[in-house]
Amino acid sequence: MSSKPTGTSGVEHHHAHHFRSAGHEFDTAKLGMWVFMVQEILFFSALFVAFFIFRQKYYVDFHEASLELDWIMGAVNTVILIVSSFTVARAISSAQKGNTEGILENLIYTLLCSGGFLVVKSIEYSSKVHHGLFPFEIFGLKWNVEAFAEHPQARLFFILYFLMTGLHALHVVVGAGLFVWLYRRAKRGEFGPAYYTPLEMTGLYWHFVDLVWIYLFPLLYLVG
Amino acid sequence: MEHSSPAGTTYLNYPKGLWSWVVTLDHKRIGIMYLFSVLFFFFVGGVAAILMRMELFKPELVYGSPGQIFKDAGAYNRALTYHGVIMVFLVIIPMIPAAIGNFVLPLQLGAKDVAFPRMNLASYYLYLTGAVLAVLTMFLGGVDTGWTFYTPYSVDRATNATLMLTAAFIIGFSSIFTGLNFIATIHKLRAPGQSWDRLPLFVWSIYATSIIQVLATPVLGLTLGLVAFERIVGVGIFNPAMGGDPILFQHFFWFYSHPAVYIMILPAMGVINDVIPVFSRKPIFGYKAMAAAIFGIALVSFVVWGHHMFVSGQTSLAGFIFSLITMFVAIPTGVKVFSWVATLYKGSIHFDAPMLYAFGFLFVFVIGGLTGVVLATMALDIHLHDTYYVVAHFHYVMVGGTLFAFMAGLHYWFPKMFGKLYNEAAAKLSCFLIFIGFNLTFMPQFIAGQLGMPRRYFNYKPEFTIYNEISTIGSFCVGLGFFMALCYLVYALFYGKKANSNPWRSLTLEWEAASPPPLENFRTDPVVTHGPYDYVGEKV
Repeated sequence: MSSKPTGTSGVEHHHAHHFRSAGHEFDTAKLGMWVFMVQEILFFSALFVAFFIFRQKYYVDFHEASLELDWIMGAVNTVILIVSSFTVARAISSAQKGNTEGILENLIYTLLCSGGFLVVKSIEYSSKVHHGLFPFEIFGLKWNVEAFAEHPQARLFFILYFLMTGLHALHVVVGAGLFVWLYRRAKRGEFGPAYYTPLEMTGLYWHFVDLVWIYLFPLLYLVG
Repeated sequence: MEHSSPAGTTYLNYPKGLWSWVVTLDHKRIGIMYLFSVLFFFFVGGVAAILMRMELFKPELVYGSPGQIFKDAGAYNRALTYHGVIMVFLVIIPMIPAAIGNFVLPLQLGAKDVAFPRMNLASYYLYLTGAVLAVLTMFLGGVDTGWTFYTPYSVDRATNATLMLTAAFIIGFSSIFTGLNFIATIHKLRAPGQSWDRLPLFVWSIYATSIIQVLATPVLGLTLGLVAFERIVGVGIFNPAMGGDPILFQHFFWFYSHPAVYIMILPAMGVINDVIPVFSRKPIFGYKAMAAAIFGIALVSFVVWGHHMFVSGQTSLAGFIFSLITMFVAIPTGVKVFSWVATLYKGSIHFDAPMLYAFGFLFVFVIGGLTGVVLATMALDIHLHDTYYVVAHFHYVMVGGTLFAFMAGLHYWFPKMFGKLYNEAAAKLSCFLIFIGFNLTFMPQFIAGQLGMPRRYFNYKPEFTIYNEISTIGSFCVGLGFFMALCYLVYALFYGKKANSNPWRSLTLEWEAASPPPLENFRTDPVVTHGPYDYVGEKV
């Protein structure tokens, strides 16, 4: 049954056969995305729980370890991500207005932001590795036992730090990949007021990635 | 996929060709692919079970002696692990939602497909990838952690566990995708007129299951990922030498794996909900209470995980609370059992094969459920923990509950899936064999466990011999029953009589489509004008 367009805006758009209209398809995709994000929250939650438990258990060690983190770097990254959330929202509103140039421009800003975030993050990571604060035994790297001789559980802090920020950074990389994909589709003129589902869904995902960082930053950098 | 299928074709023969199955987005084909995969792994896991039972019939580990099954205790442990991993992750969890649910759910909603067909196919291939990896470990020397992957053993000693953990991680995401898809489908793709109180209870139970899948499985995924990481780069979160805590693993693991028990049983209850009214020709008793009970169980399932850890160094206060909450599960479950019985009361009962399995379910599931309350009693559990009593209990729920309901569902929807009727007499005989065999296998295990026979060992003290002998004979009986089922179902596939669109005179929407349904399910879009079980006065 090939579908006839009944997009909310009246502009024709093709939708999959099992939906009644493009608007119906959009709503369904959005619900699916929200459920997916619930899944994402639970995925991160185990690490947060582990962090709370061990922070409680080894309070002093975690405090000492967290002083090693550079809160300015963390703050810069927080600003970068918030700006990128803004530019994504602008890309979506450009699509709603049918402004393809605006979509492309804002996607570029967003990509720059995600790149910037990853650059700052890798500067932080490499300084930790340099100081022997990389807690895993891989690529011939070793945890420097002397660095925290008095507070041995600091290593557990860094284990959790790398796992949590690493998993988050992985989400940033995936997001950046999605933005490249969106850019190519936008360039072909696929998005407009009648159809911008992928933009909206990626936007939701990106706000989630932003939000996770907004929890990670105070937890790891400031509270300690 | 964009065009309706030519008249006279079914989803089985249009579009044509093997490739069209490999890349299919049709929920019915994906369901059937799940079904055959699940049945294959059921066979593999079943063989492991029979081998263990043979070993326990005459525990003999001296090489070359007659009757010897396993060459050493390690081989027994590996068989135990594969039986557990395969049956839990590859069979019982996807058995009803992913296999039967994928086929039936959109039909019951009057939809053309699930909300996200591509994600549905991806979920199947994730399942398959995980399954292949899990089987691959068998040929690399095997894994002997048990399906629970408890640390520190799974980190320090076990061989090949990394690959197995990866497999379970991947299968977990397949399960999440299925759940996500069903939630969106149920919310958005219901036919006109199908209000929430006209949903078949099978849909309600799949809905509750999907919520658990989406909420619990990610935690398992991350946890197993951490164990795999711990093996590779020494993460240390579960390693006491690095300040970590192996008990934390148990908490994370059971935070998923207890709700997972309800991922297994809720869809089973859904099947029984649909079968009993059809074969009693009566509306279901207490529709709203039934739907609420499903959600009650799903809700409570998230806060009972500590009952797996009564002897793991949990405080007695925590143990007390978990014990109490666990008993609450019995309340909504009781509501369901009583409502099923009340539905039967004064019904015009038809003893067809699906109904026989439903009766079997009622009988054994109640035993499984009540022994669950026994085990929830903390003081008693300390005596019964890690004995065969626990083994018998969860087999009564998993096999007696889920597997019986799966068989009920398979026989109920078989004519819809393949458009063929099976031999009713053979089906009854096989159901009878499975029922008797099942009780023979697991009833003695309650006694042996209560007398103190520990689980997971390849050997036992002589006083347990009689229970183990009966148990093994029972397991052969079960095996024979399933073999029979395989024979007459395969026969029916090829030579069975043609089924009409509604052989059971059921009122749910899937029976309004042709048997087997065409590509997009309904030739005319259905409109719902009555409830799913309005059998008053045989109004079919």
